[in-house]
Amino acid sequence: MADTIILEIARYSPERDREPTFKSYEVPVHKDWVILDALNHVKDKVDGSLTYRWSCRMGICGSCGIMVNGEPKLGCATFLSSYAGTGNKVRVEALRYFPVVRDLVTELSDFLAKLKKVKPWLIPDNEPPLSEGEFLQTPEQLENYKQFAMCINCTLCYAACPVVGLDSTFVGPAAIALAQRYNKDSRDGGTQERTAVLAHPEGIWGCTFVGECTRVCPKHVDPAGAIQQYKVEAVLQWARTLILPWGQKKSQKTREEAGSAAAD
Amino acid sequence: MQQLTNAPLYTEYHPRWYRPHVSVYWWLGQWRYLKFILRELSSVFVAAVIVMTLFQLRALRNGPEAYAHFQQRMQSPVIIAFAVISLFFVVFHSITWFNLTPRAMPVRLRGKRIPEWMVAAPNYALWAIVSFIISWLVLGGRG
Repeated sequence: MADTIILEIARYSPERDREPTFKSYEVPVHKDWVILDALNHVKDKVDGSLTYRWSCRMGICGSCGIMVNGEPKLGCATFLSSYAGTGNKVRVEALRYFPVVRDLVTELSDFLAKLKKVKPWLIPDNEPPLSEGEFLQTPEQLENYKQFAMCINCTLCYAACPVVGLDSTFVGPAAIALAQRYNKDSRDGGTQERTAVLAHPEGIWGCTFVGECTRVCPKHVDPAGAIQQYKVEAVLQWARTLILPWGQKKSQKTREEAGSAAAD
Repeated sequence: MQQLTNAPLYTEYHPRWYRPHVSVYWWLGQWRYLKFILRELSSVFVAAVIVMTLFQLRALRNGPEAYAHFQQRMQSPVIIAFAVISLFFVVFHSITWFNLTPRAMPVRLRGKRIPEWMVAAPNYALWAIVSFIISWLVLGGRG
């Protein structure tokens, strides 16, 4: 039998409780067990009412984000054994700053609405006809946005960002990083549309560069970097429209022409 | 069918969700957040040092007597204590911001992103050079 560790899990039942309370569960520590394995053990063997999200158990789906000893972590990527020496207790809570639906399950509709607002999809500019074949990209062009494309929407960065907690209107790290993912894509032409949404106190200017989002990101997306680079680009874009107001109108016109040509 | 499509997918207000309250002292619990607050606070001391420098320049313009008076005022223990604290915060401010420059400036060389320290290093180098020149001008002039 392996050693054991105490999991202190925040339990919240919307029917019964006013706020979450901690309940302790003793779980075995196996060398290859992650926190998610321990949660599954509790649910299977001890208390079937424990509620949490999980799916792929391999850092791809981004659903098992939880607070482990006050740090946002993926349950599937955090080894239980790394906490065995620290007082033999691990505190597991729902991700910080999100409304809690039950136990460790957070409410994500606000995040999803914000994500949609930044248009995280390709908005092609002068889209070539299908007969021209694939839209090829060089490895350098791919490299430009690949890092930001690794985001799995696990929302750990939201739980790490104090601005998210203090200002509920802030769009947040992952959404801005994903906007940057499409801005940096050579096939995309929607930068102006996204900047119209994001060059705003609730967008990039809401970020005070705490940098914690980058530190906790399990996919090394670097949302803090994305936001600061976006700030630089937004200022340059603004300066360009100030110096060359006709440049912006022209590009808008070409887009409209391209749009009507495509409609024809 | 009509009702189904019109029904809201989510409700913004839900009485049964637990909505955690963010304490005013959220930054006290972890060193990382405290460090951020100290970094933000350091701007106040940076501003204070700039104001002090402006006063010094004004005294310099007003002649030797005014400058001697300024120097005398600067020798008060309160001002010296404030200057020491300011020095700490100005250094803290510079280091934390220099270390953050690679985040905002992804410099690419031949298609590859150069290591972070190579972006931060020129800042430190420039800082050292400017500090050396200024101290040489100030201390060298006396010697």
